[in-house]
Amino acid sequence: MSHVIEMLNIRKEFPGIVANDDVTLQVKQGEIHAILGENGAGKSTLMSILFGLYHADKGKILVKGKEVSINSPNDANDLGIGMVHQHFQLVHNFTVTENIILGKEGRFFLDRRTASKHIKDLSERYGLNIDPDMKIEDITIGMQQRVEILKMLYRDAEILIFDEPTAVLTPQEIIDLMQIMRNLVDEGKSVILITHKLNEIKDVADRCTIIRRGKLIGVVDVKTTTQAEMASMMVGRPVNFTVDKKPAQPGRVILELYDLEVMNNKKMLGVKGINLSVKSGEIVGIAGVDGNGQTELVEAITGLRAVQGGTIVLDGNDITHASVRKRNEIGLGHIPEDRQKRGLVMESSLFNNIAIKEFYHPPFSKRGILDAGYLEQYAQDVITQFDVRSGEGIYSLAGKLSGGNQQKLIVGREVVSDPELLIAVQPTRGLDVGAIEYIHSQLVAHRDKGHAVLLISFELDEIFNLSDRIAVMYSGEIIDIVKPEETDEGAVGLMMAGVKEKDGIR
Amino acid sequence: MSDIENKELKSNAFLVAISAVLLGLLAGAVLMATIGSNPFTGFWYLFRGGLMNIERIGNTLATATNLMLVGLSVAFAFKTGLFNIGASGQMLVGGLCATIVAHNVFLPRPLYLAVLILSGLLGGAIWGVIPGFLKAKFNVHEVVATIMMNWIAYWSVYYFVPAYLKGPSLETESASIAISQTLRSPWLTKIFKGSYMNLGFFVAIASVIIIKFILDKTTLGFELKAVGSNRECAEYAGIKVNKNVILSMMIAGGLAGLAGLSFYTGYSRNMQIGVLPSQGFDGIAVALLGASNPLGVFFSSLFFGVLQSGKGFMNAMTKVPPEIADTIIAVIIYFTATSVMFKRIWEALFKKVSRGKKDKRAKAAAELQSSKEVE
Repeated sequence: MSHVIEMLNIRKEFPGIVANDDVTLQVKQGEIHAILGENGAGKSTLMSILFGLYHADKGKILVKGKEVSINSPNDANDLGIGMVHQHFQLVHNFTVTENIILGKEGRFFLDRRTASKHIKDLSERYGLNIDPDMKIEDITIGMQQRVEILKMLYRDAEILIFDEPTAVLTPQEIIDLMQIMRNLVDEGKSVILITHKLNEIKDVADRCTIIRRGKLIGVVDVKTTTQAEMASMMVGRPVNFTVDKKPAQPGRVILELYDLEVMNNKKMLGVKGINLSVKSGEIVGIAGVDGNGQTELVEAITGLRAVQGGTIVLDGNDITHASVRKRNEIGLGHIPEDRQKRGLVMESSLFNNIAIKEFYHPPFSKRGILDAGYLEQYAQDVITQFDVRSGEGIYSLAGKLSGGNQQKLIVGREVVSDPELLIAVQPTRGLDVGAIEYIHSQLVAHRDKGHAVLLISFELDEIFNLSDRIAVMYSGEIIDIVKPEETDEGAVGLMMAGVKEKDGIR
Repeated sequence: MSDIENKELKSNAFLVAISAVLLGLLAGAVLMATIGSNPFTGFWYLFRGGLMNIERIGNTLATATNLMLVGLSVAFAFKTGLFNIGASGQMLVGGLCATIVAHNVFLPRPLYLAVLILSGLLGGAIWGVIPGFLKAKFNVHEVVATIMMNWIAYWSVYYFVPAYLKGPSLETESASIAISQTLRSPWLTKIFKGSYMNLGFFVAIASVIIIKFILDKTTLGFELKAVGSNRECAEYAGIKVNKNVILSMMIAGGLAGLAGLSFYTGYSRNMQIGVLPSQGFDGIAVALLGASNPLGVFFSSLFFGVLQSGKGFMNAMTKVPPEIADTIIAVIIYFTATSVMFKRIWEALFKKVSRGKKDKRAKAAAELQSSKEVE
């Protein structure tokens, strides 16, 4: 088999950091080649160079044995390289067809019908199952991703790059995507899969290039390498996959929900009368497929969404209609689902971000005047304690941090203020094993200090690893509350689909 | 070592502004040349017109005063993510309130000045807080609301001035305010040899300092900036977004009101009807060139002040029409708006320079090495 892509001895420097240092990547024709590395290891930089977004300082790129210079995504497209970005680039009120032909409309008149037919053929050939006439806003995230794939196929891409493709998908959608990748390879395409999820690599990839801190660590044959071996190559030390934790010692009730009802964005009940209590010293996990009322539930507890009915009691205080700040003062910490949208001010410095909930009271400020010295000292302590790595320390902009460091920053900010209740929503979404391990240990440590933790996650592994009790949410209701040691992922998975164990299978 | 190099590598708002100004002047030169005038004499008279003697410097500063306050108003709102396009209306209302006070309130000078300044501030603040409230409560876009408020102010003045403040001779403007009731001050007039220079300049300087202090040092500024740069995150952190929107528009309006005060009771001494002051829009340019930074606004308003007050002299002394000065301003704004381009150019340039340095250093090291080997 010949190499379809070769990136030889690539070096790329950014101010203060070497993102790629003598990295070589060789992808064979017709294989699924995974690139594994922690956040900030330089995977994305390498792919951005291949896709023409950055220019390498050193090294060369060969496509099908010929040296090429790629200066823009258009060059990359012309060479048959296509990329599915982590954040989709779709126009929401356009149809699938319109999105796909965008930029390739042809001559003056749009020929939607021919394009639509072509897209349908492609969709069938690769098993994508997409209706070309649907509007983007009406289809699921998983389908939107398949539209992105179709977009590349429509442009005759031979080499498809997937950048963390499963970060946004549900378990079933992940299985579907893996099958699609296999179909692509069967049809003669080559796939580069950027990820830090080992099970996915094990599942679908042929070979894997491992990068750590900008350097090439090795290329392994996936079949003959264990997950643990790959993980330790990636992180540079043996990795613990299960969370070490002692049995929970639940104490008094911290959070209590009575018949809670919350509207969703469609002005319908998204949370339909939930009763739940979380005690100090325990982690309660909410399992469920995305979109079953978890967002509404969290926003109601944190004060970001009005409550329709019922009561929320936090540490003995009725906070049903309290302001966000009041809740924070009583003792609420919140690791939000979307760290870039909710959690951080991207164009602001780390020390401002760390102080964003506390700035208004002493010792952060006195009589409305900020104490810059204290702010900086406090931020310095947080980033040291939580190992937040950045180019310019506390003066770096939050947006310049890697995803893992952004999340550590948020976790640090929330944990340091020692809240009675910590709500963690998808706390490890898009993070690598090293960061996941760290954040899990922080959540357990918070529990062991005698605080309550409410964990919302779409990943069953995470729920099972961390929770002392699991509440399964389906269609705005809590179907059942179970203990992880008394059940298994299969049973919970069924409940997540709305089937109660007692009911048996319908 | 790497620290210094990092610093060298950065472009900043100052460099962008300077580049835009130079290119704007260059464009002005080209325009002058194409209409057959000598650009050097054109610029000579333009800048002489603004700076040639103490009286003209006074006029330049008085012009800059208005621009500074309006620029500050626009910049402040912008920090909270709001586009205050209603500075003209806020100026009119601030000026109207100040004019009413000037005609009717007679108090010892220091007390009187305090009341006068407060009236301008309040008038503008009320005109700013209404769009702020509409935005917070009903999500009415502030651009629409402030434009409407401009016209409400315009027609209110149109009605109010002839009805209550009419001058002895003309229907279209208010009676002139007695000099002792304006912001002009005998000692200032003396220093600046009878120019329009007035105490408004010090109000503007104080405003620059206060606004800079609020934005950089206070919890209020922290909240406003958080709301401006990420509303969702501010909300999540427990900051009341709506309160800050209202507050920001109120303060922005107040600043524009002060501009009205300095313009109608300092720079001039009466209000004409049927005029929407163009300073309200020039302020957007000032804020843009000043990168919404109070200090930036200070310098850019001085620069625009020179152009504005020098253009008449240029026209009188050469054949260059005064519109050239406006064109220069317009071109500068275009270049400021494309600041990303300058940022890229400067960064590419810096990179080349630092790379060249590195090469030289490497070369020197290699030479040292080889000379050692020879030894």
